[in-house]
Amino acid sequence: MTSIGTGYDLSASTYSPDGRIFQVEYAGKAVENSGTAIGLKVKDGVVLAVEKLVHSKLLVPDANRRIQTVDRHIGLATAGLLADGRNISNRARDEASSYRDIYRSPAPLKAIIDRLGLYVQAYTLYSSVRPFGISTILGGVDENGPSLYVVEPSGVFFGYNGAAIGKGRQLAKTELEKLKLNELSMREAVMEAARIIYLVHDDAKEKDFELEISWIGPESNYTHVHVPKDLFNEAEAQAKAALETFE
Amino acid sequence: MDHFPTNWGRPRHEGFDAYGTFPIHQRPTNGPKDAFKEGIERTQQPIVTGTSVLAIKYKDGIMMAADNLASYGSLARFKDISRLHAVGNNTIIGAGGDMSDFQYIQTILDDITTEEFTAQDGHSLGPAEIHEYLSQVMYARRTKMNPLWNALLVGGVKDGKKFLAYVDLLGTTYSASTLATGFGGHLAIPLLREAVEGREDTLTEEEALRIIENSMRVLFYRDARSLNKYQVAIVTEAGVKISESLKVETSWSFAEGIRGYGAQTQ
Repeated sequence: MTSIGTGYDLSASTYSPDGRIFQVEYAGKAVENSGTAIGLKVKDGVVLAVEKLVHSKLLVPDANRRIQTVDRHIGLATAGLLADGRNISNRARDEASSYRDIYRSPAPLKAIIDRLGLYVQAYTLYSSVRPFGISTILGGVDENGPSLYVVEPSGVFFGYNGAAIGKGRQLAKTELEKLKLNELSMREAVMEAARIIYLVHDDAKEKDFELEISWIGPESNYTHVHVPKDLFNEAEAQAKAALETFE
Repeated sequence: MDHFPTNWGRPRHEGFDAYGTFPIHQRPTNGPKDAFKEGIERTQQPIVTGTSVLAIKYKDGIMMAADNLASYGSLARFKDISRLHAVGNNTIIGAGGDMSDFQYIQTILDDITTEEFTAQDGHSLGPAEIHEYLSQVMYARRTKMNPLWNALLVGGVKDGKKFLAYVDLLGTTYSASTLATGFGGHLAIPLLREAVEGREDTLTEEEALRIIENSMRVLFYRDARSLNKYQVAIVTEAGVKISESLKVETSWSFAEGIRGYGAQTQ
C-alpha cells in the first residue's frame, strides 16, 4: 500500500491527504482474510451460511460459531476477527432487548442495524480504540417481511437481497447474482447457500472448513436457528456432488 | 455529648434565646427527628385482580384452569382477560392477584426466555427453572417491601418429568399434585385432592377435564369474584395448549325455593 511510511495510517482519527482513513481500510483487510459468509433474502425468509475455517484438528467440532442469534427473529453472521464478531453480537442482543423493554414489541431489523451502524462507526473516531475487524451480515424477518443488511468496518450499512463477505465474496456474489432470489423457497435457498460455500472454498490454499447454515422463516416458526441436522446433511451432500460435476 | 463544635457554649434550643444572637440556620439541629418524615410510601394493595387458579397433575402432564375475569374491587371490570400464560414450550403459569403485576411478570419471563434462546446452546428453561426464578423475584420484591401482588402456579412437563408448584407475593413456595390459589385454596382443594391424589399417573385427559370443570363450577357458585367463563391449559410432552374460553354449565332451579332468590310470594 502506498500509504506505508507516510504516517497517515497511525490512527483512525487522521485522514490521508486524499481523504482516506487507512486504519479503517486495514480493518477491511482483516475481513478479506476471513472465511466467506453469505446471506440470502428469499421470498419467505433469510438464510445465512458461513465457511468456517478450522485452524486446528484438535478443535471440538462446532466450536467457535460464526453465526449468532440476536433475538428470536434476528440472526447475524460475521467475517473477520472472531472476537470482534462476539462483541458485535452481544451489542446487537443488548440493542434488541432494550428495544423490547422500551416498546414491548420485537425490534424491526431497521432499528437494530441503525444502532449497530452507529456503534461500529464510533470505533473509527477515537485514538483509544481500533475499528472493528469484521463485516456483519444481519438477517431476519419482522413485521415488514424478510430483510438483510451488511455493516462494514467503517460503520456504513446497506440492505441487500444477497450478500457475501470474506475471502470468497467475489465468486459468491457472481453466484448469488445468477439466482432468482425472490423465487426461491427456504429449502432451495439452503441448498444454494451450501453449494456456494463449497464452491468458493479454495481447497489448494485452505485447510479444513466447517459449514454453518442458519435460517429464519416459516419452517423455523420465524425464529433464527441453525437448520435441522437432516436438512444440513442433505445440503452438504448436494453441495459436494455439485462441486464434482462443476469440476 | 454534642459533637458539633459550633453548638458548644450555645443554648440547646432557639427557644432559650428569643433574640437569636447567633446564626441559627447554619447549625445542625439536635432536636427530636421524625425518622419516617422522608420515608417512601408505595402502593401496597392490589387494584385490578384475578381470583382462583386451579392445577392438577394427570396421566399425560399438567392441567391448569383460571377464569377470564379481572375485577376492580367487587366490580366485574374485565371479562376477557387470560390469566394463563405459556412460557416457552414446556411451561404454563397461572396468576391470581394483581393483573398489572402479572403483566409485568409476563414481560420479565419473556425477557429471560429470549435471552436463553439467543444463547443457542441447546438448553431451554423448563418449569422447575421458571418456578425457581419466580420465587427469587417474588422474595426479593417482598424484601424490598414492594411485593408483586400475585399468587402463581407454575406447571409443566420436561424430560418426562411432571412439575407443579406454587409461589406467592411473600416468596413462599410449595409443591403438590393438586394446587389452587385464592378462594380455590378453600373451596377447590378438598375436591381436587379427593379426585386426584393417588391417581396422578392414571387419570385420563377427559377425567381430569371433568374434575377441573366441576371445581370451576363450585367456585362460580360460591366465589363472588369469579366468572362462568374460563380457560384450561394442558401441558404434555408435546407442548402447551391453552383452550378457547369455556362456559361453566350451571343450574339455578334450586334457587326458586330460597327466599331472596326466586319470585317472592310473601
